[in-house]
Amino acid sequence: MAQYMKKDDDRDEDEYSPFLGIEKGAVLQEARVFNDSQLDSRRCSQVITKLLYLLNQGETFTKVEATEVFFSVTKLFQSKDVGLRRMVYLIIKELSPSSDEVIMVTSSLMKDMNSKTDVYRANAIRVLCRITDATLLTQIERYLKQAVVDKNPVVASAALVSGIHILQTNPDIVKRWSNEVQEAVQSRAALVQFHALALLHQIRQNDRLAVSKLVTSLTRGSVRSPLAQCLLIRYTSQVIRESSMNNQNGERLFYDYLEGCLRHKSEMVILETARAITELNGVTSRELTPAITVLQLFLSSSKPVLRFAAVRTLNKVAMTHPMAVTNCNIDMESLISDQNRSIATLAITTLLKTGNESGVDRLMKQITNFMSDIADEFKIVVVDAIRSLCLKFPLKYRSLMNFLSNILREEGGFEYKKAIVDSIVILIRDIPDAKEIGLLHLCEFIEDCEFTYLSTQILHFLGVEGPKTADPSKYIRYIYNRVILENATVRASAVSTLAKFGAVVDSLKPRVFVLLRRCLYDNDDEVRDRATLYLNTLGGDGSVVETDKDVKDFLFGSLDIPLVNLETSLKNYEPTEEPFDINSVERNPAGNRPTALGVPAAAPVSTVDAYEDLLSSIPEFSTFGNLFKSSAPVELTEVETEYAVNVVKHIFDKHVVFQFNCTNTIPEQLLENVVVVVDASEAEEFAEVATKPLISLPYDAPGQTFVAFEKPEGVPAVGRFSNVLKFLVKEVDPSTGEVEEDGVEDEYQLEDSEIVAADYMLKVGVSNFRNAWESLGPEFERVDEYGLGPRESLSEAVNAVISLLGMQPCEGTEVVAANSRSHSCLLSGVYIGNVKVLVRLSFGVDSSNEVAMKLAVRSEDESVSDAIHDIVAN
Amino acid sequence: MEYCPLVKNILLLDSEGGRIAVKYYSDDWPTNNAKEAFEKSIFTKTHKINARTEAEITMLDSNVVLYKFVQDLHFFVTGGDSENELILSTVLQGFFDAVGILLRGNLNKREALENLDLILLCLDEIIDGGIILETDANVIAGKVASHSVDSAAPLSEQTISQALATAREHFTRSLLSG
Repeated sequence: MAQYMKKDDDRDEDEYSPFLGIEKGAVLQEARVFNDSQLDSRRCSQVITKLLYLLNQGETFTKVEATEVFFSVTKLFQSKDVGLRRMVYLIIKELSPSSDEVIMVTSSLMKDMNSKTDVYRANAIRVLCRITDATLLTQIERYLKQAVVDKNPVVASAALVSGIHILQTNPDIVKRWSNEVQEAVQSRAALVQFHALALLHQIRQNDRLAVSKLVTSLTRGSVRSPLAQCLLIRYTSQVIRESSMNNQNGERLFYDYLEGCLRHKSEMVILETARAITELNGVTSRELTPAITVLQLFLSSSKPVLRFAAVRTLNKVAMTHPMAVTNCNIDMESLISDQNRSIATLAITTLLKTGNESGVDRLMKQITNFMSDIADEFKIVVVDAIRSLCLKFPLKYRSLMNFLSNILREEGGFEYKKAIVDSIVILIRDIPDAKEIGLLHLCEFIEDCEFTYLSTQILHFLGVEGPKTADPSKYIRYIYNRVILENATVRASAVSTLAKFGAVVDSLKPRVFVLLRRCLYDNDDEVRDRATLYLNTLGGDGSVVETDKDVKDFLFGSLDIPLVNLETSLKNYEPTEEPFDINSVERNPAGNRPTALGVPAAAPVSTVDAYEDLLSSIPEFSTFGNLFKSSAPVELTEVETEYAVNVVKHIFDKHVVFQFNCTNTIPEQLLENVVVVVDASEAEEFAEVATKPLISLPYDAPGQTFVAFEKPEGVPAVGRFSNVLKFLVKEVDPSTGEVEEDGVEDEYQLEDSEIVAADYMLKVGVSNFRNAWESLGPEFERVDEYGLGPRESLSEAVNAVISLLGMQPCEGTEVVAANSRSHSCLLSGVYIGNVKVLVRLSFGVDSSNEVAMKLAVRSEDESVSDAIHDIVAN
Repeated sequence: MEYCPLVKNILLLDSEGGRIAVKYYSDDWPTNNAKEAFEKSIFTKTHKINARTEAEITMLDSNVVLYKFVQDLHFFVTGGDSENELILSTVLQGFFDAVGILLRGNLNKREALENLDLILLCLDEIIDGGIILETDANVIAGKVASHSVDSAAPLSEQTISQALATAREHFTRSLLSG
């Protein structure tokens, strides 16, 4: 950029720069004036400025040059000129001298540190602390300690800020200043208070009790500086986060203090507080309200910074508490046309999160106008928000899908296009009604797609989804066009896709054959090879594959060996008479699952599929049949313990498998024969049938051990299990990785795990609840009413019931409007045995927070409807 | 978790995106190339925006960047993703106003380069290793300028102190009128 500037200066002669044509060598020559016996302070200052200019422009000095400059600079301490001295301080910091050089200036700086001139004292402290090392620090510690309580605020701040820096490298020294720092916290000077508080907290930050005491005493007193107040709010949040204590009234500790800070006169403090409140763990709507109110005021501020800060915070809140933000929607809508595009984008994505179904169309219109003049990075944010909106309001898929396809046709970079394609793929997968229209949009897109990666992804996806549609033939044209028009990679992909259509749709087979035969004359060998392979596989003369099922397995099945392993095996293969046997490749079940033919899967493999693969690869569990559900991992250890263990519960028809994911966090240990001993004495219906130990668990390489239980078939048995981790510990030398021969048996108590009713329920959404409800009919409907007793809030009660049942909330009904006294919630799911279940919940709450609930269940099976009621009743 | 508000960099660029004075306090940009790349992208992103009356704000690579322009001077302050925007805004305003005072209201690139020493000292008085030292423009400018007013110095400080007086006056007036 320096060169760029120079060129610019040449071109435009009017523009004068004092540094025009400046050159390092010349300036270094000039620096010799520092050695003159009669110092010209002004000249010296100018030379230092030139040196600093060079450094600032990114010029570097060689070691020799830097040393030379440094030594001559030290001579300048003779001058009494304050301005020059100040420049000397500056250049010493910039040159960051080595420790043997530092000694040259130490005495001069120590002299300045004790000078009568405040400016000298403050700056000498900052310079010295910046360049010095531990040994020297102990020498000057006494002075620093004094400086912390210096009458001059500039000196005190200099010492305190230097203390914060030194604490990172020499904590012991700074910790000895505690008393002085504490005194400085009471300083009348705003910034001294700020710096002192920052340092005091850093000294104590690992001592929870001390931080809590600090916060308690300061929140009572008056912290004057807004910056210090912001710090105090951060520390208060820390204390709230680390303690779950509430006061006698059941209110959150320190919440009153925070609420009071919302009325502070400084906007900085108000923002800090509002943000702290929105980030409280498990914040309630009542706690949120005052924070949202002040943020709403900020939304209409004339200052862009304030509007940005507010909308950014509200955007985050909208992810977890959309209802709390709806009050701001009108202000938010006026921000869509904000000059500042970051603000506009945040406003839009917030609206997309909080909007209701009826407002979607209007919002989409506003966004369409706005999309053309924002950058790709913002567009991606908008696309992501639209995708989640569509999943929330599946009935609106048509307008949202149209929007996506429109923007897909417009200009845009790869990341942006990929975000759109990914979104469409997800919508197709999750909203069955959207499939056909979505696939056609994708087909149109690949007609004119400049990104090979996206084309191949879409072709692969089309091959999987297209044949299952009502009229697969209409996709053939788009696919074959690729074979004619595109590069070799896309052509090869298109050939594979054609083959998939041919394999699944019999009526299309002859036509696919014609097309594939044409591909035999392609000028790329991969395309020809694939065409030949598929023609032979589909040809069905029995020479390559025997049955139709084999064909489909080959085309659609996954290559269940890691590509890396395959590559190694192929490299090791010596060309002989004996053909390469793919079964000889090592299988690593924990590895990723690349899709057949090396084409990466269009979407990530869902976790259920991954679990299914993992479990079916273990012989002991292969007879358990189809996996019904795998739970999310539940932690069985506290964070930051020696061994981290979480459990995933896999539910089968007659079995339950606990998968314990273990991580060893001690570098000095190797664990062997790791098992979890599960005591099922409190879970009567379960009988242990198999255990699969983990042979070895090295440091920081997670591994799994399994325990399987048998349970009565189809019965949603529940129970509690206590777990103990048992293993053989071997010492490891972390520097060499050497493992000691002998190990010691040890065990480690884990938290209990539980099988609950929700484990037998799959979260499966329906796109139109009313239709689904009507079509299930009232035959097996069961209705009953329950009193839930006094609850914290209506929304808490609703969420408790949802998580108890483990069902999927539909149409956004899991969100309870603030202050409402009643609520209806729609849930859907699939119960073990593949029984579809729909639930309608109606809640009401009275003045004493007693919650009553009416539960209506419809399902395909009477006993399942009853079972749902049993879950709630118990 | 970092509790103390931190400033990652302060930049003063010209109307072409060239450096006048920059200071980095974070390891996010380890080399001069990385720094220049950052300056280039933030300049490209912001130079068409009218940030002349109020400070503007944007996100870049999970950093919050605040900026304000006057004539051919572009002021920037960068902080982390989760930093309080208004704290950063106070820093930017302090920098902006202090430079205004030090340049006696003649805010342009030429004046800035001619007084580069003052601008560098100004940066040094605002932030120390990422930690905010001072945000009040008058205090910052006062600290920077006070160095030149020393009886022992046989300098042309006369002119500077005079100029400073005019600048202060100018600033007070602009405060009163605003």
